Amino acid sequence: MKYLILIHSNPDSRARWETLTDEQRMEFGRAHYALHDALLESGDLVASEGLPDPSAATYVSVRDGRIVATDGPFAEAKEYLAGFYLVDVASLDEAVAIAARVPDAGFGSVEVRPVFDRSVLEE
Amino acid sequence: MEDLLRELAPQVLAVLARRHDGFDLCEDAVQEALVAAAGQWPVDGTPANPTGWLITVASRRWIEFRRADVARRRREDAVTAARAPEGEAVPGTDDSLTLLFLCCHPALKPLSQVALTLRAVGGLTTSEIARALLVPDATVAQRISRAKQTIKASGAHFEMPEPEDRAERVAAVHRVLYLIFNEGYTASSGAALQRIDLSHEAIRLTRELLERLPADGESAGLLALMLLTDARRAARTTPDGAVVPLPEQDRSRWDRARIAEGTALIERTLATAPIGAYQVQAAIAAVHDEATSDAATDWPQILGLYDVLTVLAPSPIVALNRVVAVAMVRGAAAGLHALDGVTTDPTLAAHPRAAIVRAHLLEMAGDHEAACEQFRLAARITRNLAERRYLESRAIAAQ
Repeated sequence: MKYLILIHSNPDSRARWETLTDEQRMEFGRAHYALHDALLESGDLVASEGLPDPSAATYVSVRDGRIVATDGPFAEAKEYLAGFYLVDVASLDEAVAIAARVPDAGFGSVEVRPVFDRSVLEE
Repeated sequence: MEDLLRELAPQVLAVLARRHDGFDLCEDAVQEALVAAAGQWPVDGTPANPTGWLITVASRRWIEFRRADVARRRREDAVTAARAPEGEAVPGTDDSLTLLFLCCHPALKPLSQVALTLRAVGGLTTSEIARALLVPDATVAQRISRAKQTIKASGAHFEMPEPEDRAERVAAVHRVLYLIFNEGYTASSGAALQRIDLSHEAIRLTRELLERLPADGESAGLLALMLLTDARRAARTTPDGAVVPLPEQDRSRWDRARIAEGTALIERTLATAPIGAYQVQAAIAAVHDEATSDAATDWPQILGLYDVLTVLAPSPIVALNRVVAVAMVRGAAAGLHALDGVTTDPTLAAHPRAAIVRAHLLEMAGDHEAACEQFRLAARITRNLAERRYLESRAIAAQ
């Protein structure tokens, strides 16, 4: 079963980040790389990426068959998606154990969400 | 030719694993031999003894790997090489079974057992497995390589489990095969076109298991359960992937040959083997499959079978399914009463299936407003997209 572990950036987590020394920030980044490598090695990882804040975003819509892409400007979002780990494991317990190893979990909380699966109970 | 290679792969691996140390190296060697065959046979023609050809090539590869791996053990290699004759007899059936036991070794995580079984026993490539499981190639490659390391580290050998462990190890094989079956059965029809059919793969492997363990009632029960479930496949989704629940399925689209085979198998097994949970589930599936319409279903018999299953293998889902049977035999009020008794289990209270059952029973009882509310609740908490669509439509219909 696949689970998406979502890392949200919000005013609280950003305030905590500001208190970190450069060395602590480096350590934080290294911990992410280490987790990525460990999950790749264990065969649990499907994909994992970090995301910049929405000021870097492009918004795309299709109207009357025409593509309209805009960069904003948009009001600064209080909370946004800052990264994710998509894992494929046997149970929610395993996904939660992985989420607990995400460095951001020590900051605020990370979100574990099941991916829609295809299993249907018939009878 | 692909089918031939997939059939021969586990036999070749079994011969190698029996003869040489190191399951991991053997598996790598067989993969290389298969790649060589896929390149050479279409050009030069399939050899007269394809199994012998593969064993010879794989053995040479194994020796090369071993040399590269541990150069100082060259002397041992020479001994091993001298032992490898050209042209092999087809290995005994026990070897394939031993291989299956090794791939489903209890030291491995379930998803690793699945990946290793599909490759080593099913003969699928890493890419085929990755596409079938909807994960990247690297994930599968890593699971297989980790699984092989784990087997090595656990000290497990290519040999039959001890008699006292036998039942438990067979049960592990059943779980892995059923997991593979369900992975394929629950795939949406659209995506399935691109995928190796895992359900059919699981049925093929379970057939082989039963050939090797003809007296094992649960192996027969598992195969019958798969056949009787797979028989309904064409009727269980609409072309756009929406779910069609059992009562509403077009029974003319059920696969009669599968039903006949599964029913004959389970009848024969129930008469001769000690009872087991897979057999009872197969029997329940057979009763559904034999009914010409939903109304014609023999619910008293299904209720009796669920009573047996509740004793053999109690689970929240079994308890819920039994509630449905109670309602069909004794009426909606009796069903709702039984449901209240069951949903005291906290894992079940939050399960979408509990809300679905309650919604159906309320609808049966004529309380449409409460039914609509339960359908909406179920739609919110289900993890399945197709099921969510179905439940939302039911909520609207119930209003």
